[in-house]
Amino acid sequence: MTDATDILNLDDLEVSGGGRTGRRHILSLLVENKPGVLARIAGLFARRGFNIDSLAVGPTDDTTISRLTLTVDGATHPIDQVTKQLHKLVNVIKIRDLEPEDAVARELALFKISADGDSRAQVMQFAEIFRGKIVDVHKRSLTIEVTGTDDKIEAFEEMVRPFGLIEMVRTGEIAVARGKSAT
Amino acid sequence: MRAVDAIMECLKAEGVEHVFGIPGGANLPTYDALYDAGLRHIQCRHEQGAGHAAEGYAKASGRVGVALATSGPGATNLVTAIADAVMDSVPTVFITGQVRTDLLGTDGFQEADVTGITLPIVKHSLMIRSAEEIPTAIHEAFHIARTGRPGPVLVDVPQDLSREDIAYEPVDSVELPGYQPTTEGNTKQIRLAAKALANARRPVIYAGGGVVNADASKELVELCLSDKLPVTCTLMGLGAFPAPHDQWLGMLGMHGTRAANYAMDEADLIVGIGVRFDDRVTGKLSEFAPRAKFVHIDVDPAEISKNVPAHIPIVGDAKRILPKLTAEYRALAPDTARLDGWWKRIDGWRDKHPLRYDDSETAEIKPQRMIEALYEVTGGDAIVASDVGQHQMWTAQYFHFDGPRKWINSGGLGTMGFGLPAAMGAKVARPDDNVICVSGDGSVVMNAQELATCVTENIPIKVFVMNNGYLGMVRQWQELFWDRRYSSVDMGKSPDLVKLADAYGATGLRVQDKGELEDVVKAAMDADGPVLCDVRVTPEENCYPMIPAGQAARDMVG
Repeated sequence: MTDATDILNLDDLEVSGGGRTGRRHILSLLVENKPGVLARIAGLFARRGFNIDSLAVGPTDDTTISRLTLTVDGATHPIDQVTKQLHKLVNVIKIRDLEPEDAVARELALFKISADGDSRAQVMQFAEIFRGKIVDVHKRSLTIEVTGTDDKIEAFEEMVRPFGLIEMVRTGEIAVARGKSAT
Repeated sequence: MRAVDAIMECLKAEGVEHVFGIPGGANLPTYDALYDAGLRHIQCRHEQGAGHAAEGYAKASGRVGVALATSGPGATNLVTAIADAVMDSVPTVFITGQVRTDLLGTDGFQEADVTGITLPIVKHSLMIRSAEEIPTAIHEAFHIARTGRPGPVLVDVPQDLSREDIAYEPVDSVELPGYQPTTEGNTKQIRLAAKALANARRPVIYAGGGVVNADASKELVELCLSDKLPVTCTLMGLGAFPAPHDQWLGMLGMHGTRAANYAMDEADLIVGIGVRFDDRVTGKLSEFAPRAKFVHIDVDPAEISKNVPAHIPIVGDAKRILPKLTAEYRALAPDTARLDGWWKRIDGWRDKHPLRYDDSETAEIKPQRMIEALYEVTGGDAIVASDVGQHQMWTAQYFHFDGPRKWINSGGLGTMGFGLPAAMGAKVARPDDNVICVSGDGSVVMNAQELATCVTENIPIKVFVMNNGYLGMVRQWQELFWDRRYSSVDMGKSPDLVKLADAYGATGLRVQDKGELEDVVKAAMDADGPVLCDVRVTPEENCYPMIPAGQAARDMVG
C-alpha cells in the first residue's frame, strides 16, 4: 500500500522556526487599555530574561486599546519565544513583528548640548544637517529636537558628543507598517 | 442584589458545587453570601491548604477548583498554590478579598498587592475596579482557567465593592479579544507527523500531563495501539497510558526507567504530546535524544521549541488532534515489522534493567515495599495524591496507574505540603473513590493542619507517611553529591504521628514490621474517617535509577 509519496526520510526534516534572527525587531502590540497591562509585559520580559531595547506606549484611535512599540534584539533573543509568550497575556490583542524594510519607524530625541563661543555655530550646523529643531537656547547650551530612525539619532549623538552632551532624552521608537493596511 | 450574591450566582452558573477557603475581614461579605448560597464550603485551616485542595479537586475531576481567601496574609498564603497550579496547568479560580477601595495603596490593615505579587504566576488576574464588572470578571476567570492550557486565575475583590448592589443579569458569554486558544491542529502538519511516524524505525511516544488535562487518554491509547508504538509518560502524565502494558516503557526522566530513557536516547522520532521538555526529563539538553527528530503537539504554542526545537510543531487540543493523527497513520498502513529490531533493543533494556530493589532480610520495611503494598491492597483502585520527595518518585515507579486522574502530585513546582490537602480536594470531588495520600515525614507536617479539616468536614482520606526520619531526597543528594555531609536533613523524632492523628480526631496507625504491613494498610483503608498511618521505613534508602542533575540519559546510575 506504500507508495512513493508516503516515503519520508526523517533526515530531511528541519527544525521549524525558532532560533536567533540576528537582527533588531520592532514589535508593535495592540493591548487592552487596562490597569496593569504594562506591568504584565515588563514583568514577562524580566522573568524570561528578555531585554527591551526601547519601549513606547500611547493611545490609539480606539480609547479601549493602547499601542505598545518594543524593540528587541534578535541576536540575543529567540523572537519566536518572545512573541509567543507575549501572546499568552490575555490583554495582548495583536502582535506584529515589523520587518525594518516594511515599516516606517521614528523616534524623537532631545539633546542638551554645551554650546558657547565657537562651538555654537557648529552645533547649529549639525542640527540643520540632521533637520533638527532648536527648541531651547541658553547662553551656554542649546537643546535640539531630532526625529528619525534610531540610526539617525545615534549618528547625531555621535556628532554632537564632542561638544559636550549634557543630556539626551529619547522616546523609544514607534512604527507603522508601510502601505495601506493597518499595522 | 449585592455583588457578592451575584458572585454566588456566577459560581453556580459555572457548575461549581464545592469551594475551599477561609473567611477574614475583607471577604466577610463573600462569606455572608456563601452562608445560604447552596454551595458546599470546605472550611480549611490554612489558605495554602485551601489552594492545594482546589488543585486536587481540579486534578481529580477535571473541573475548575475554587479557593477563597481574605486580603493580605490570606491572599499571600495562596501564593504557593497559585504557583503550583500555573506550573502544572491546573484549572483553578482564586477569589481574594481586598481592602476597601478608599484604603487601597495606603498600606491599610491586611492590605497586600496580591495581583502584583502573583503577576508572574497566574494565567491571568482580574482586579475589580467597579461592582458592576464583578459578574463578567468571574465568568472570564472560569473561561480562562479551563480553556486552552488550563491554569490559575485570580480575582481580587475590594470589600466595599463586593457589598454594593448591582443589577445582576446572567452573563451568557465572555468576550476576550486577546484570548483565542487554538484547538484544531493544522491538518497538513498532522499528515506530516503521521508520515514521519510511519517512516520512523525507532519511534517513541512521549506523553505528559497535557494529555490528562485534555482528557485525551483514550485517544492516546488508540494511537499507540494502532501499531506497536512504544510509549513513555512523564511524571505528570502517569495514567494517560495504562500501566502496566507491553508497550509501556515506564516513566521517563530523572527517576524514570532505563528502558524509557535509553529509548529516548536512541530514538529517531519522538512524538511529544502535552509535554514541555522539562529539565527533569531532558537532563543535559545538549545531549538529549541526539538522534531524534521531534513532533511536538501542545495547546500552548509557547511550549513548542521553547527547550527543544520541534521539527513538526502542531498547536491544538490533543483530544482533537490525536484521532486525526491516528487516522492518517492508519491510512499509511505502516509495516509493524519495521519496529521489530527496535522492540528487541527495548526488551533487552527491560530485561536487563527492570525496576528493582533489594528487600530487607529483617522485618524492616523498604520504602518501595510500602508502595507495592498500597498497590496490592487497593488493587490499584485508588486515587493517589503524593507529596514531594523520595516517596513521590517511588510511588511513581511502583504504583501502576492504569487510568488518568488517579495520580495527583506536584510536578513542576515540587511543593512539599501539597499531598494531604490535594488528597482532601480529590476526595471532595470524587467521594466514592478511595483516596490515598502518600507523604513523607518531611512533607506531611507542612500542611498537617488540614487533618482537622478532614475530620470536621468528614473527608475520609487515608494518609500513609513514608517515615524515614529524614528529608529523604535532600539526604540522598547529600550522600551522593555532597560527601555525605548531612546538613539539616534529620527530622528527629517529632512529631509522634499517631498522637498527632489522635489530637486531630483522626485515626492514627503505625507499622514498622513488614510482616504486618498489608494488614495495617487494610485496616487503614477499612477504617471510618481520615487515617494517618506512620510507616517506618529504611532510613537511608536511595531512589534509583537516577540521572544525576545536568547529565544525560546514558549516564543513569543505580
